[in-house]
Amino acid sequence: MKEITAIQPQLHPALDNPKLQLAIYTATGRLVDKRKGTVAEESLPDYQELRSQANALKRHAIDHLDYYLELFQRNVEANGGKVIWCRDGKEVVDFLLGLAKQRKSKVLVKSKSMTTEEIHLNEHLEEHGLEPVETDLGEYILQLAHEKPYHIVAPALHMTRYEVADIFEEKLKIEREEVPEKQTQIARGILREKFLEADIGVSGANFLVADSGAVVLVENEGNARLSTTAPKVHVAVAGIEKVIPRAQDLATFLKLLGRSGTGQPLTVYTSFLAGPRREGEIDGPEEFYVVLLDNGRTKVLRDADKRQALFCIRCGACLNICPVYRRIGGHNYPWVYSGPIGAILTPQFEGLDKNPWLPHASSLCGACGEVCPVKIEIPRMLLELRADIEAEKAAKGEDKLEKLGFQAWARLMSNPMLYRAASAAGSWVLQDAGDGGWASQLPFFLNAGPTKGWLSQRDLPLPAPKSFRQLWKDRLRQPPSSVPVRQQDATDEGHSA
Amino acid sequence: MSREAMMASIRESLGRTPGQAISAPPEARIRIPDVDEESRVGQFLAALEALNARTFVAPDAASARQYVASLTLGKDALASNAPLLRELGIADLDGVRCGITQLDALREHAARCDLGITSADFALADTGTLVMFSSVEEARLISLLPPVHVAVVPRQKLLSGLDELFALNPEPARRSSSMVLITGPSRTADIEQILVRGVHGPGEIHVVLL
Repeated sequence: MKEITAIQPQLHPALDNPKLQLAIYTATGRLVDKRKGTVAEESLPDYQELRSQANALKRHAIDHLDYYLELFQRNVEANGGKVIWCRDGKEVVDFLLGLAKQRKSKVLVKSKSMTTEEIHLNEHLEEHGLEPVETDLGEYILQLAHEKPYHIVAPALHMTRYEVADIFEEKLKIEREEVPEKQTQIARGILREKFLEADIGVSGANFLVADSGAVVLVENEGNARLSTTAPKVHVAVAGIEKVIPRAQDLATFLKLLGRSGTGQPLTVYTSFLAGPRREGEIDGPEEFYVVLLDNGRTKVLRDADKRQALFCIRCGACLNICPVYRRIGGHNYPWVYSGPIGAILTPQFEGLDKNPWLPHASSLCGACGEVCPVKIEIPRMLLELRADIEAEKAAKGEDKLEKLGFQAWARLMSNPMLYRAASAAGSWVLQDAGDGGWASQLPFFLNAGPTKGWLSQRDLPLPAPKSFRQLWKDRLRQPPSSVPVRQQDATDEGHSA
Repeated sequence: MSREAMMASIRESLGRTPGQAISAPPEARIRIPDVDEESRVGQFLAALEALNARTFVAPDAASARQYVASLTLGKDALASNAPLLRELGIADLDGVRCGITQLDALREHAARCDLGITSADFALADTGTLVMFSSVEEARLISLLPPVHVAVVPRQKLLSGLDELFALNPEPARRSSSMVLITGPSRTADIEQILVRGVHGPGEIHVVLL
């Protein structure tokens, strides 16, 4: 395999591991096919209209976020719940620590939430002696293995049943089990105890419904239902951008989310949770909290165009279809959000200077934009971010070398004498540089720095034996009869005669 | 404290002022297809079977009771307090416990029994979905903790799909603290994308349509 230097050195493990390549390719391919079937004309004729409606709703909600968050809070309180506003992860941790102390509880059951991954909630709670337990099967496996999710929807996509067997054997001290059905039953048994023991259940939120003060959770396993039903306290941790105006808008969003994520018209469970248990109801939590997390979101709002990255409903469709994600996998992205959506979220959350390569990790094929159920213009956002990164460099004066290069280039291209000399020199340098018409590296004295990096991913066509200028000159020099005439031209002449 | 800071920051980013009015939101998109009852039943059963749920169309109360009896035979079952289950005589079947209104007793029984029997407030034909509002009649844990869930649904409750559900219930929160849509048995594909049923919720669902 070719040496990789141009992107990131840490990409080697994913690219050099054929098993992992196959796992990513098969899993994402299956998700792509399933999605395609459920959004096809015959199964969902109004798919495109739903996408437009979802985009309009998200745009409206985000553009008036202050209004809808206030409305949401009023309705949560009317239902008997509480809203906790947190600027960052520390405030969330502090709130949960206080709650655990007050309830004298140690175990927290958690259902899948990317938002809590963002703030490393588990690690922080563990530092304070609490025991947060992930209950989604994939997340549970990852928690045992101390890994971060590989995919927004299928967190353990990169693992084989044999690796799961290794992890269970080592961490749970049980007899080796390699059959997924049985592995699932093992997890069910252990986690069932935790559900019944825990006083606090922590969930994420797929949607916050402003007119109802409700949290909507979408899942297949039943762990989100259990986390929000069995414990005495339910805490939903959600990014502020999750708010939608009305319960009726779910008729739009729910049709898109399951189909785009896993190719299901509806996932197995959709929970619409509006506050603690009410009088007369037999079960459900006694206390209901919604933690509204900023963690950089208000900063992203500033850019009226690029704030559309916040429309994301975390379906993962753009990851599955992305030729880059499918090669490099989820762990090569620097933040919790991977794939094309990660490439536009991460720089906006963490700053353009932190991972400037990220918006460039795209072939700009446009597939991500086409599959996005809320019509985020991901390819255009990638270009905008690339431009922003360059502008920032220019402002800092970091583009001096590049400027110099282009000045030299301009000089060369506008001066025929110089151009001829340079192309002759180029031909000479490259004449022995490769075979089969392509050069994969330059002679040693040029094979360094940017040229080496550039060529590590690309081959350069070798120069033709004669340049166009030379061919033209030769042609003019020859008598007309000896110049070969193309067949097409000959027939045309015959007709006109 | 954080609320004020976050709100101020949001308003500054959006260029809005406190209390500023909003433009009208896009109209909610509700499109109810015109499907007659026979086709709904057909769709509903087909969708459930595709999900690996078992279905039984009961022509009368006696056959519904008989079907459920065949499932509870020799088993320990917990029925919800839905009046329908009493009317059909399901609540009085051997091995079926019913009438629990205390949380502790509910938890204990739901965690131990083999079968949970409920009705449903609505069902959605196109996706094979059961819609359950939490109430004194329907506890949340009965359709969740036992390994098998049996739901008895009158066919009048069968709606075409999500749009009709939200047209009839524009504000579900007014009715209950919890509305849950159940579409087939609990499942996962987290290990190698291999489908496994019965992860945390019931791995087996029976829907009896009256």
